[in-house]
Parts: sequence; C-alpha cells; structure tokens
Amino acid sequence: MEWETVIGLEVHVQLSTKSKIFSGASTTFGAEPNTQACAVDLALPGTLPVLNEEAVKSAIKFGLAVNAEICRESVFDRKNYFYPDLPKGYQTSQMDAPIVGAGVLDIQLSDGSSKQVRIHHAHLEEDAGKSLHEGSFDLHGHGMSGIDLNRAGTPLIEIVSEPDMRSAEEAVAYLKKIHSIVTYLGISDGDMSQGSLRCDANVSVRLKGDDTLGTRTETKNLNSFRFIERAIQVETQRQIDVLEDGGKITQETRLYDSERNETRPMRSKEEANDYRYFPCPDLLPVAVDDALIEQLRNNLPELPDSKRTRFENDYGLSVYDADILTAERSIADYFEQTAAAADDAKLAANWITSELMGRLNKEGLAFNQTPVSAAQLGGLIQRIRDNTISGKIAKQVFEALWNGEGSDADAVIEAKGLKQVSDSGELEKMVDDVLAANPDQVEQFQSADDKKRKKMLGFFVGQIMKASQGQANPGMVNQLLNEKLGG
Amino acid sequence: MHTLSLRELADGLAKARFSSEELTRHFLARIAAHNPALNAYITVLEEQALAGARAADKQRSSGDVHPLTGVPFAHKDIFCTEGVRTSCGSKMLDNFIAPYNATVVEKMAAAGMINLGKTNMDEFAMGSSNETSFYGPVRNPWDTNCVPGGSSGGSAAAVAAGLAPAATGTDTGGSIRQPSALCNLTGLKPTYGRVSRYGMIAFASSLDQAGPMARTAEDAALMLQVMAGFDEKDSTSIDCTVPDYSASLNNSLKGKVIGVPSEFFAEGLSDAVASRTRAALSEYEKMGAVLKDISLPHSHLSIPCYYVIAPAEASTNLSRYDGVRYGHRCDNPLDLADLYTRTREEGFGDEVKRRILVGTYALSAGFYDAYYRKAQRIRRLIKNDFTEAFKSVDIIAGPTSPSPAFALGEKVDDPLTMYLEDMYTIAVNLAGVPALSIPAGMVDNKPIGLQLIGRDFAEADILNAAHQFQLQTDWHKQFAPAFA
Repeated sequence: MEWETVIGLEVHVQLSTKSKIFSGASTTFGAEPNTQACAVDLALPGTLPVLNEEAVKSAIKFGLAVNAEICRESVFDRKNYFYPDLPKGYQTSQMDAPIVGAGVLDIQLSDGSSKQVRIHHAHLEEDAGKSLHEGSFDLHGHGMSGIDLNRAGTPLIEIVSEPDMRSAEEAVAYLKKIHSIVTYLGISDGDMSQGSLRCDANVSVRLKGDDTLGTRTETKNLNSFRFIERAIQVETQRQIDVLEDGGKITQETRLYDSERNETRPMRSKEEANDYRYFPCPDLLPVAVDDALIEQLRNNLPELPDSKRTRFENDYGLSVYDADILTAERSIADYFEQTAAAADDAKLAANWITSELMGRLNKEGLAFNQTPVSAAQLGGLIQRIRDNTISGKIAKQVFEALWNGEGSDADAVIEAKGLKQVSDSGELEKMVDDVLAANPDQVEQFQSADDKKRKKMLGFFVGQIMKASQGQANPGMVNQLLNEKLGG
Repeated sequence: MHTLSLRELADGLAKARFSSEELTRHFLARIAAHNPALNAYITVLEEQALAGARAADKQRSSGDVHPLTGVPFAHKDIFCTEGVRTSCGSKMLDNFIAPYNATVVEKMAAAGMINLGKTNMDEFAMGSSNETSFYGPVRNPWDTNCVPGGSSGGSAAAVAAGLAPAATGTDTGGSIRQPSALCNLTGLKPTYGRVSRYGMIAFASSLDQAGPMARTAEDAALMLQVMAGFDEKDSTSIDCTVPDYSASLNNSLKGKVIGVPSEFFAEGLSDAVASRTRAALSEYEKMGAVLKDISLPHSHLSIPCYYVIAPAEASTNLSRYDGVRYGHRCDNPLDLADLYTRTREEGFGDEVKRRILVGTYALSAGFYDAYYRKAQRIRRLIKNDFTEAFKSVDIIAGPTSPSPAFALGEKVDDPLTMYLEDMYTIAVNLAGVPALSIPAGMVDNKPIGLQLIGRDFAEADILNAAHQFQLQTDWHKQFAPAFA
C-alpha cells in the first residue's frame, strides 16, 4: 500500500512588542519569575485589558506579507478553560473574526522545486504563563508547582495553515518560511530556543489517490525544526503502522518526546473540551482602516522571495546560494554589505556559505553572533582579489579575525607578515633552490609525458609554497616553473 | 450634620462652619452607633478617614480646593481600594487586600473626598435584596425588617440612615436604582462607558456601570462630575466631553416630552405603586412638560435576555477566582481539580453558583446559538425600542421597582420572583442608556422611586428633570425616622 501524509501546521509566533498584548508590562525573556506581571497579567479583580496597537500592526504586516485579506473589524473572544498558568481562567484570542484571513505562502524544497501552501487564517492572542514542577506528584509526594506569569499576556499570532503539506520536509520548509517572513518583518525575534516560534502539527495519512482526509492527530508544542521533522516522521509511521495492522486512528492530542523519539497521547485531562468561546465584552472590535493598511503595506521591507530573486538576478548567485543567503534578513544584510566591501558578490557568497557558516555551525553560534563583521570579511576578500594574499593565506587571516587578532585584514596581514611574495627575483631564487634540491624529480619530469607532467608540477608548486610558508604568488610560481623546466 | 446634603456640607466646609475632621468624626460616630443594627458597612476606615480629613482641612486652609474636598462618603465594596480589603461581598475575597485603586477611587480621592469605609453588597453584585452577601443581610433604615434592595444595599442603607452623606454604587440590572427607590435616595446609573470600570470588580462587563447614590439630584450631579470621564485603562469607556452637570439643573422643563411606557404599568406592578407613580408624573405636567404614552414593545423580553447575558459574562469573569493567586483557597487540596472544586465550592455563595451554572450552560457548545446569540439579538431589539422612543420623547419615566421594600427572607428562596424586582430597570442596562431613581412618595410608609431614563450621554437631562421635581416636592427630604 502506498500512503500519503497530510500535514497542517498551527504556528505560534511571539511578537516582539515592548509590552504585552493587553497590559503595559514588559515582554523581555528571562527575567526573575513574576517580575514582569502587572495587575492585569495577574488577573487581579477589577483589572481590564487594553489592546496593544503594535501587536495589531504586527499581525497586519504578517497578513500583508502572505497576501491575505485583512479583517476590517476583527473581534477578540474568550476561550475558557481552567489552568494555573492561565490567570483569568480564559485566554483572550480570536475565533470567528480573526485579523488575518486566507493567504498563501511559497515554500522551497531541496530538489529546487517550490510549492504553494495556503494559510487558512492568522489570529492574535495572548500567551499563557508557565507552570514549573519540581519533585514527585503522586498523592503522597512532596512535589511543588510554581507559576511564572512573566510570559502571560505576551502577544502571539497563531498562523493556521490548510492541510497542504505532504511530507515532513515540506512542513519544515513551511516553518522556515514563516520564520524568515516574521524575522524579515521584524515582528518577532524568531528565537525558537526561547519559544518565540512554536508549532502544533496536525498529521493524518491516507492511501495515495484518496480524496478524503484520514483522521488526524495534533502533536503539540514542537519548538525546533529538527523536532518538527522527526515528530512528523514518527507520527506518520505510527499512523501507517496502526492502519496497516487494521486499527483505527483516534483523533487526539499527542506530545512528542524527543528523547524517545516518539509521540504519545496527552492525558485526557489536559485535552480540550468545550472552550465556550464568546466575544470578550471588555474589548471593542478592532477597527482597521484602509489608511493604516496602506501605510503598513508601503513600509513593508523586501521579503525573502523578492530578495532571493534579486540576489539571483543582480548578483548572479545560484538558486542554492540565494536560498541560503536570504533565509534570514540578518544573513542577507550581511551578504550585501560583504559583497559591497569586497566588490565581488560571488566570492562574498562563497566565503559566507562555506567558511563563515561552517565556522559558526562548528561553534554552535547563531548567524548574528559572528565575530567577523561584514566589513572585515569584505576587506579580506579584497586582498584575495588584488593578490595581496592567496586563498589559503586568507583562511589564516580569517582565523585571526575570528579570534579578534586585528581590526581588519590589512592589520592581520601586516602584523603576521602574510603578504604574498610577488617579487620575481625572490620567487626565482625559491624556484631555483627547490629544483636544485630535487634533481631526481626534475629528471623524471623532463622524461614524462604531458599528462604526467601536470601532476608532477603540483609537487614542485607544493614545495615552493612550503618554502615560502604559503606566501608565494601561485600564479607566478607556476609561470616560473614552466619556464625553468621547459614545460 | 448627617441630614445635610453634599451641597450643604460643601458650603459648610467652605464657610468653615465645621471642619472636615468634625464632619468625619460625626459620621464615624454614627456608624459606630447604628451600623450594628443595619450592617451597611463591611469595613470602616476610621483612622484613614480621619487622617484624610485632617489633610483636607489643612489643604482647604491653604488655598484653592475642589468644592467636595473634605466631604465624607462611602464606597461600595466592589471598588478596589489600595491597602484595604475589597471583598465584593464574597467569602472568596474576604482576605483580598487590593494592591491598587480603581479609577473611581482615584478620582474621588483626587477631589479630596473622604472615604469612610466600604459598604455591604450582594455577593459579586448578584442580588436585589442584599441578602446574598457573605457578610450578612443589610437592613432598610425605613423598616429594619425589610431589605434595602440590592445589590448596592449597603450604600443605600448607609446614606438613608445618615451613616454617609452619599455613596458610590454599581448597577448591572438595577443595583443603584432599585435600592435607591427602596431607601428614598436619588441614585443614577450613567450611560455605559461614562464612568470607568477599571478596578470595579466585574459582574457582567457589558452591563456594569458605576454611579452616585445620594439624597438629591443636585448631590448626584456633584458626585457624577467627579466620577465620570474617559479612562484609557478601560477600553469600553468613551472619550467624550463630560458636561457640567450642575449647570443645567435649573433648566425649564416647559415643553419637554416625557414618554410613559405602557409596559411599565402592566402586570406585576402593585396598584399602590402605580397610582403613586402616576401622581408623581403629574408633577411634571404642572411644570409644563408633556406626558406621552409610548411603547417599549420588547420590554417583556428584558429579564430572560438579561438572565442569559449577565450570567454568561459572569461565568467567565469569575473564573479567575481559582485559589491560585489570591483570595480564598481550600485547605490541603489533593490535586488541581480538588483545588478548583473545593475553593469555588467554599468561596462562592448559592446565588453566585447559580449564575455561574446558568452562564456556563448558555455559552456551552450546542446551546450558544439558542441562548447567548439569541439574547444578543434581543438585546439589539431592546436597544432599538429606546432609540425609536427617543425620537419623539426627551425622557422616559415610570416606576423604578414594582413594589416597596419587602421583608427580609420573603423572596430569598425564590430566585425567579426576586429577578422580577428588576423588571423596569434591566432594559436600561441592556440598552446602555442612563437612568436614575428619585424619591416619589410613600406606599405603606415605605419609599418608592420614580425612574427617569435619558438618551445616551444625556445624564444632564435626567438630572435636570430630577432636580426640578425635587424643587416641587419634598419626598427626597424625608429621612428614615428611626435614624433622624
């Protein structure tokens, strides 16, 4: 039997507004517990919500970025349930009239193809606090539960896709695209490790060719690209196994356990029942007029798709490089600054995607944590281009810049004496010395055919580079060798 | 001093006939003497009030002050008051010391008024007799075997017995007007959005509105002036100019059209109240106003509509009382479900539980359309009734309550009969329009009220009509004999 996976994602994006969605408390991550929760966040008796305009603007910007209809009069609803980290006993969210209507998103896949994923809607809502548990929780245990309400009231947009994705890879590509759009827009820091972007995956399987959807499960709270990919893979396989064994899929909420790499049902207590949604009487409908929409539209930054196309066209980058370099706005900006400083976009792209990203990856650093600035890298590339240094020496200079051993490439080259030797007299002496020291090889070379000679030339070049500590100008060395060996 | 109006007290202070401290001591002494019999106050703020009074006297001697500086009053115990227990009449909040001030509390304090204490009320403002309070029932100064009305029963009894010259109240379905009627006061529910709800503990958010309870329309105007105004902390408060309510009190009523809805004189109204109300209305004809028979055709739907919307909102407004962060918490909870269940079982009284259950039901999946959505449609029809009527009349008038004060215990076990107490007041909250109740005479030696309803934001019109009535009558000057 051939199975098809059907995936829809609900992505929660924390908006990087200064204050909370309905109160003036700060949204900064990582403060001491309950120090960023004011009377409204604590749901003290008598407190009332006041909507944060920036949160509304952020949601509209997202809507515009995915070509969605913006609701002119969206409504906040109360979603009622009891949980200790939900101070009011309801979450203020949007149900019937969300601020962002249907939209579309293009995702890029590893085979170079792209695909359109429809967005059903996106709505504004408040985040809950966090429950922290310690110790044992059975009846006679001595466990303790703590509530930290710093996060309570942090603005979120929940972006709900249509079930348009067919593989874990597509789901990850979709999520990466959302990540890139919200960070480009500057409406979220997109930091998944701090929960700024979280995702619930609705997964079902069906026989290939079937038009009806299978019963889905919802896997909750996936907070890294890797976990999402793995969770969808294992959940898909689980469902296929159940169905192939003649079983049925239960519609339920599941949790992904990353240590065991499996999904398992949440306890029924934690499951949703009747949320008794109704319009929040403390908040007026959010009126959005054309003027505001146009103003926000006109101030949208260049978004990943158009940037990618521009990078391909204007800089002559490959699709692959353009994809990598536009994944985040900070990378794209860094690339453009480097390219300008280096006066060579392709070299800049190569250095960023291989040397810089490789190093960042190795050190486990995020892109914006790079110790080498775009100006420094651009300056370094300039010195390669004008033959001051070779590509090989450039790696040493890069290493020095990475370690903060000089303000720019020139300073490092100067301090370490890495300047390429292009003086023909000096080089000629080096060549002569190497040839004199290796008479056997010279003899072999001279009796060899062209094909072999090419290989052997490398030996002499290597020896000369070694003698010059890599500073000999390779082009000139080749030329001199050819002259002297009569090649 | 305790029979003087706010206006007279303000004059007395201005002319230094007495100090705020003397005045405050006088009221505190009266509270000490009479509150045990009435149970009007939950908390008396003796030291705080005296300190405030001394500061007010000092301020007054050193320059320009607000006319009401140093004038004592009382707050319904629904307004959060910093550093003071704010119980909302519930065991749930018996231990709750508010860490902040409601906007109304701030405004009264900014005017220099002296808060004598927090008055008793039906639990979470749910009741029409002040019998649902965790702190016990309040008694009516006019007949201590009777209820003062509710839910602002403590405020009404305090003012009627001279334990405060005026008090704040809140009105979700009649909770200012009905106790004002039953205790011979002038009480005003402003237009929804006129007074900030910030810090006023919510019962039904789309209906709740704070207002003044005083002896005269003049006093109500003075107090509303302090309470009213836009507040950025309340998204439903409305940013429109607050007029000078005292300035228009003496406008002539000649030619004004007063609509009298036939529905307000139909089944359910006692004959004695009906004829007394008609007699009061005829005063307006003497003043040159024109009475006009009108219809508010959807009036009969107000109670069912209200008892879906108000409990629905209340059921979620009261979800925050979960024993986690403040307020009552049950002892030794076994687990989370037990913590919630017992905390709420122990912390809430029967009427509150009844409304939470009704509201939860009305909002539940499968019933939402039949109840909540339908009630919202009816609410629109009721609002339209008023809009339509105000095209041809300036004010709508009728009884405030179907009968005078009833005996304690008489209706407390029969919620449906109790709900009928608010049959003339509830439509006003659903429509959002302003209304007040003024003393309109006696039935069986107990006061009854005349209700005047105005257009949106036309508090000045009904205060004007109320003041003109009080210039022609002296019902409002009558004081509960046992407390004179």
